[in-house]
Amino acid sequence: MLSLLWLIPTLPAAGFVLLVLFNRRLGRTGATWIGAGSVGLSALVALLVCGSFVVSPPAGDAYHQVLWTWLDVAGFAPSIGFYLDAVAVIWALVITFVGFLIHLYSTEHMEHDEGYTRFFMYLNLFVASMLVLVLADNLLLLYLGWEGVGLCSYLLISFWQKDPQNVYCGRKAFIVTRVGDTAMIVGLFLLLTQLGTLQIQPLMHAAQAHWAPDSGVAIAAALLLLGGAVGKSAQVPLQTWLPDAMAGPSPVSALIHAATMVTAGVYLIARTHVLFQIAGDARLVVAVVGIVTLLIAGFSALVQHDLKRSLAYSTISQIGYMFLALGVAGWEAGVFHFMTHAFFKALLFLGAGVIIEALDDEHDIFRMGGLRRELPAVFWTFTIGAAALAALPFITDGFYSKDLIIATSLGSVDGNAWFYVGSIVGAFLTALYSFRLVWIVFFGERHTEVARRPRWRQLVPLYVLAALSIIGGFVWMPVWLGGFNPLQTFLDTALPATEFTGTHAAFADSALAAWITIAIVAGGIAFSYLFWMPWRESTHAFAESPAVRPLTVFWMNDWGFDWAYDRVFVRPIRWLAHVGRHDAVDYIFRGIAWVNVAAWRTLSAGQTGRLRGYVAVAGFGIVLVLALVVLR
Amino acid sequence: MASVSLDHALILAAILFAIGFAGLLARRNLIVVLACIEIMLNAAGLAFVAAGARWGRADGQVMFLFVLAMAAAEVAVGLAIAIRFRQSLHSLDVDDADEMKG
Repeated sequence: MLSLLWLIPTLPAAGFVLLVLFNRRLGRTGATWIGAGSVGLSALVALLVCGSFVVSPPAGDAYHQVLWTWLDVAGFAPSIGFYLDAVAVIWALVITFVGFLIHLYSTEHMEHDEGYTRFFMYLNLFVASMLVLVLADNLLLLYLGWEGVGLCSYLLISFWQKDPQNVYCGRKAFIVTRVGDTAMIVGLFLLLTQLGTLQIQPLMHAAQAHWAPDSGVAIAAALLLLGGAVGKSAQVPLQTWLPDAMAGPSPVSALIHAATMVTAGVYLIARTHVLFQIAGDARLVVAVVGIVTLLIAGFSALVQHDLKRSLAYSTISQIGYMFLALGVAGWEAGVFHFMTHAFFKALLFLGAGVIIEALDDEHDIFRMGGLRRELPAVFWTFTIGAAALAALPFITDGFYSKDLIIATSLGSVDGNAWFYVGSIVGAFLTALYSFRLVWIVFFGERHTEVARRPRWRQLVPLYVLAALSIIGGFVWMPVWLGGFNPLQTFLDTALPATEFTGTHAAFADSALAAWITIAIVAGGIAFSYLFWMPWRESTHAFAESPAVRPLTVFWMNDWGFDWAYDRVFVRPIRWLAHVGRHDAVDYIFRGIAWVNVAAWRTLSAGQTGRLRGYVAVAGFGIVLVLALVVLR
Repeated sequence: MASVSLDHALILAAILFAIGFAGLLARRNLIVVLACIEIMLNAAGLAFVAAGARWGRADGQVMFLFVLAMAAAEVAVGLAIAIRFRQSLHSLDVDDADEMKG
């Protein structure tokens, strides 16, 4: 069974190739079957392979399949090979299953779009790239998937390419993540020159053997990889592309946020955790990036008017949690939160897609309202998603993973009170902004008529994801709730377990700490009810009051990051380009052009079109040549 | 048999060639232009025959047969061009065909 591993990324890739080759000839039905079917088959294969991996783990708790040698130059021979361990199993299952549900949803959501086949083409390539990324056995192949994901995000964000604004957003996503990608490729060069290989497992062993803890080169390599992760996962300071990525269709947002793309950075750090274990300072940077991001994005999510933008900031914030977990050596907690987040965030975006479609492309939450009775299925599933996002205690999966991260941020060796307080504040903000959406969108007065209702292909993914958002957390219960934790046992085969040995470890591990989290979350939900149900008018008035308004505008515009980047990078470069338009180099090329034009004018003057003229010239020419030959 | 010297024959050929070339330059009627080309070809043929006779070899006469065959082909093509010329430009004046000027 395990030998079928290569089929998992190959099936979506084959779907992509078929869609490209037979583009128009397939028709919509063909595109549906190939586009959604290839990912569905891939999910089945992933289930078979991962199932057999779990039931009968291979030797060393990892399965390595080398297909062929990619290239072989001067001892550097990266392979096309796949590596399956517990981390890759979690990612592969989430990508294929959530990916398939999103494909199924898209068959209805996009059914009247003229770019239907093109859409599935890109989606398949997206899923295939992400699967290559998570299954690659060496960092070069991982980088191939990494870049493939970046390309697909560009193609899909600017999918409705007739609007220049969408294309601008796509370009922005591509260019901003490119900043991180450059850091990452430099990191790969560093690893290759220092350790001589890019095969991940030998590389990790070599790093452990050759690099002293906290040595400069280890920190440099870890920070460069972190740069790539920060770009791809939209963390501060490269988070600006993600809110603009909402220009794409809703299923694309779901795919980018849940299954593919933004979790790639989390995966990269979890995959190279040995490097980050050696480089303690780099780990601290990861945690700081995470905590700063989760707070900044949390405040931004609180004031957004656009439904999808608000969800986008919530994603940035939740990935901040994952980074925080990784930064305090809670590798498994980060992976756990990735999994639960994939379920409820895909659910939220798909629900948002239905709402936006139903209201005829209305994005503003203040023009929605009262949809509870109109779209009951969406109301219930969206509320479950929002509850999971807010970490509603006991019944949602978000609670278990987030509580674990909060506990780890205090109890781990690297944890401290600052991280704990930050993550607690973040949890409060999350509860506030996620239920804010529920109150505003589904309750109150109705502002816009419902034009369209979802059918089964949109509803089934919502139901399935809602179910997963509830039961997905029961695989890792805290000790004081029984401690049923098969996921932890499974992840222990690939990642080091987090040791609760910090100064506050005993407190962090206790039920009391969990009750504090529960109280904070419950308080957040209660306050959000008060702010946006009974006191909505006064909340509005407060947000619009002269003293507070600058702050909300500041949060709404992503803490001025876009503004600063525009001033620091975009404008100077455009100014330079504008000034450099008439530089000296141009004169050389213009001179060449001028000489050619002059020569052309001279020569074409001789082309009179007169036969007798040509004859005379030819005759004189012959006489001249003969005279030269004879009289020489 | 009174023999013609090579010099006389070559001078005659040169005169014929010059007449043909002058006609080519001076005349504008396409038919006359073709006739002038014929004169020039025959001048060349005469030079071949005279030189062949001078050296007592058959090569000159063989070459003249080639020139004759080529002249026949050239006239066939030339007259065909003349017919197309007349059909498209409604004249036989070679100066009317100056559409290819640069």
